[in-house]
Amino acid sequence: MAKTIVQEFTKGLWDEIPPFRLVLGLCPTLAVTKTVENGIGMGVAFTFVLLCSNILVSALRKVIPPKVRIACFIIIIATFVTVVELMMQAFTYPLFLKLGIFIPLIVVNCIVLGRAEAFASKKGIVASFADAMGMGIGFTLSLVALGSLREIFGSGTFTLGSMTGAVLSKLGIGTLAFWETPMQVFGPSFQPFKFMIEAPGAFVCLGLMLCIMNLFKK
Amino acid sequence: MREMIKMIVVLTVLSVFSGGLLASVRNGTKDKIENQQLQFVKGPAISDILKGASNNPISDRFKLTDAETEISFFVGVFDGEARAVAFESFGKGFGGDLGVMIGVNTKDDKIIGVGVTTHSETPGVGSRAKSDPAFAAQFKGVPLAEEFKVKPDGGQVDAVSGATVTSRAVSAALTDAGRVYQQLKPQLIEKLKSFTK
Repeated sequence: MAKTIVQEFTKGLWDEIPPFRLVLGLCPTLAVTKTVENGIGMGVAFTFVLLCSNILVSALRKVIPPKVRIACFIIIIATFVTVVELMMQAFTYPLFLKLGIFIPLIVVNCIVLGRAEAFASKKGIVASFADAMGMGIGFTLSLVALGSLREIFGSGTFTLGSMTGAVLSKLGIGTLAFWETPMQVFGPSFQPFKFMIEAPGAFVCLGLMLCIMNLFKK
Repeated sequence: MREMIKMIVVLTVLSVFSGGLLASVRNGTKDKIENQQLQFVKGPAISDILKGASNNPISDRFKLTDAETEISFFVGVFDGEARAVAFESFGKGFGGDLGVMIGVNTKDDKIIGVGVTTHSETPGVGSRAKSDPAFAAQFKGVPLAEEFKVKPDGGQVDAVSGATVTSRAVSAALTDAGRVYQQLKPQLIEKLKSFTK
């Protein structure tokens, strides 16, 4: 049954949300969710790449020969990831340093390649755009959710960071300095649950989120 | 055969567009990236080395060319006189290029401070060349002319324990800095005159 454009968009926000339902793109999900700031940064970079890649792959879908399609997808995705890398170095250098190697790793993020292969190479440009927007926003929301959980209990702070802060302060909501500094969620007597920040804690939190999502499905 | 040609053509055209796009984005962002790196990576090192300067060493800077490489020099004004410069030199470290910012007093050619900027050294081992202030402090007051070698190689530099390769890279960077300084000194003095307020 064909989906409408709106349905292509909304499926990425819940039914087929990438890390928790499609269970794809887990590596960056686990790695960059130590703070909310890193999660937002990765989500935005990822959405940009997914959007550009989906649109271009969809536009070229009749031209790309099937035998070399993966190679073509990789060229396209890698180009946009490099563009994102350069833009981050030019405009958000501290965030670029914090995300480190995970920006280049967007090239091999299963979600991007997966959507190119399973969707964009078969559907029209508008549908691919809606799919990318939905998946991208869904991924960002997942990272923010997981990042909030880990940061609040693992460090007792909540940081929106310099990138979001710059946008919010431009809109007149608060100042950049306010958004940049980590907000203490609990009082000074709070003992951070350090386990959440470590790698095993990430896995446990992810498992918890998957469990919650499955409960909702039922 | 036709299929093969189509594959080759599509891949080539795609790669050409990719290369073109990346080259133009790189050109467009090159200056911005340089400024950002200056602000976040080299800036702290420069401010630390030229502490006490009455000017802003990052905005008071000029470039000179040494054998096809452009080097940025950051000016430090002390007591109304522009007499110190800081510049970056590189050495081959354990994991890649190691950048060292060196501050020199142009009156007596002595080092006023050293700071490691960018590196890919082993965290906790080689990275101590950057984080350990005692390592950098040994270079203060040393003339920037002679060759720098670590003690195990017969020189005077106290290496970071367990990080000989990293320490060698720093020494190599300082030796090269000495060479660059000697080569460009006349031009440096000329440029500095314009910064003396």
